[in-house]
Amino acid sequence: MTSTSAADTAAPTGDRWRAVRPLLAAAFWLAVWQLAALALHQEILLVSPVRVLARLAELVPTADFWATVGRTTGRITTGFVAAAVVGVMLAAASAGSRAVEALVKPLVTTIRSTPVVSFIILVLIWASSDKLAAIISFLMALPIVHANVLAGIRQRDPKLLEVATVFAVPWRRRVLAIDVPAVLPYFVAGCRTGVGLAWKSGIAAEVIGLPSGSIGEQLYQAKILLSSADLFAWTVVIVLVASLFERVVVSGLSLLERRVSVGMSGGVDAGAPAGGGGAASGTGNSSGMEVTP
Amino acid sequence: MIGLRAVTKRYGDRVVLDALDLALDGGAVTALLGANGSGKTTVGRLLLGLVAPDAGAVEGVAGLRRAAQFQENRLCEQLSAVGNVRLALGRAVPVAEVVAALRAVGLDDESVAKPVRALSGGQRRRVALVRALLPEADLVVLDEPFTGVDTSAKALSLAWAAQRLVGRTALLITHDEAEAAALGARVVRLAGREDGGGSSDRGVQDSVP
Repeated sequence: MTSTSAADTAAPTGDRWRAVRPLLAAAFWLAVWQLAALALHQEILLVSPVRVLARLAELVPTADFWATVGRTTGRITTGFVAAAVVGVMLAAASAGSRAVEALVKPLVTTIRSTPVVSFIILVLIWASSDKLAAIISFLMALPIVHANVLAGIRQRDPKLLEVATVFAVPWRRRVLAIDVPAVLPYFVAGCRTGVGLAWKSGIAAEVIGLPSGSIGEQLYQAKILLSSADLFAWTVVIVLVASLFERVVVSGLSLLERRVSVGMSGGVDAGAPAGGGGAASGTGNSSGMEVTP
Repeated sequence: MIGLRAVTKRYGDRVVLDALDLALDGGAVTALLGANGSGKTTVGRLLLGLVAPDAGAVEGVAGLRRAAQFQENRLCEQLSAVGNVRLALGRAVPVAEVVAALRAVGLDDESVAKPVRALSGGQRRRVALVRALLPEADLVVLDEPFTGVDTSAKALSLAWAAQRLVGRTALLITHDEAEAAALGARVVRLAGREDGGGSSDRGVQDSVP
């Protein structure tokens, strides 16, 4: 009992500290970076964070910047969304039929274990560099989404499925009430990993394929011109856009989940889930649920 | 006739039911009493078509509209009480009717709309009861329907269930003879076999309350 009350009183300070800690750590490493850059005094080798920020300030207001970000984001989004859709369809088909699973499994495993550069070169031979990033993002995200969704389908509660059988619940309603809530956390976990991979591999593909007006091309230019400031500035842009994209995907999916619950409840608003459940518990579980067979 | 004819059911080496005959009364409630492990739940699962007998036959159940309250609540956690009940109903039943049924078993307006994961054990049990009894089913199986329901809520639930069960073929699995009597059920006892392995036809004794 004593330990509980001690923990209770300590909690607010602990929470504040926990919130500030990552910021302090980031500030520390930025300071180390800045000092190292000052000590080295060689902008080509190591540009200072202040210089990167200045470069970003130059880039961001230009129309060219937004067009470049837009083109690359569009390609990677296309690839990722296609991977999410095809991944879910393949997982559903694999779960429904052993024959389909036997056919799909080696295909997905092969895609997963093939080096991304082999695909990049192969796609460059087959298709134009414009489509390259989308195809590569698709190929990299597909196995992740497929494996996660399949695991989610397999983890559905058999007891709830029996309920659906006994009451002869139409399949559409069963999918919304039982399948979607069970699979969604796995799908979200797959999407999170998949989005990250889609961005990293998509940019790598652009650096090799050099579609004009893309982020990858900008990185390549930075390499040719030995412009570390550009390299770092664009890298910051990629990280920011990719994490923003991930947030949009994840919050969009949890919004969808709530919509479905309220709709199924006959318009009786299910309200805020008790005990910080719902979206929060979904995202909390997601990292632990990630499947990497 | 809805029922079991000479049904044997094994789980691995364990014989749960041994050549059991059981006929449900059409349009009435049959209560199945018996010790733990005597195979009561298995009888329910056989009638619901969730397991198949190893020998014998389940008769008269083909094409029946079925409904059940399982031993566990088996609710969709993210849905409200209303959502859970509606899942088992045709679209035709209006929400107001579902809410009225949930209120009849003692749930208040707030509990009816919350996701069921926020409800207490006794409330959840009653949501499962309403889900089993509101649909127009030809065969209803209730497995320990009032477990964890407190006394006053149980009185309400029993009264509502009795009214919903009028004229319907149902199997009530219970330990409680008073419950069986309150629902007007004919009592069938499923005695465990002497080797402790399950129930045989000799173990079944009818008694009218």
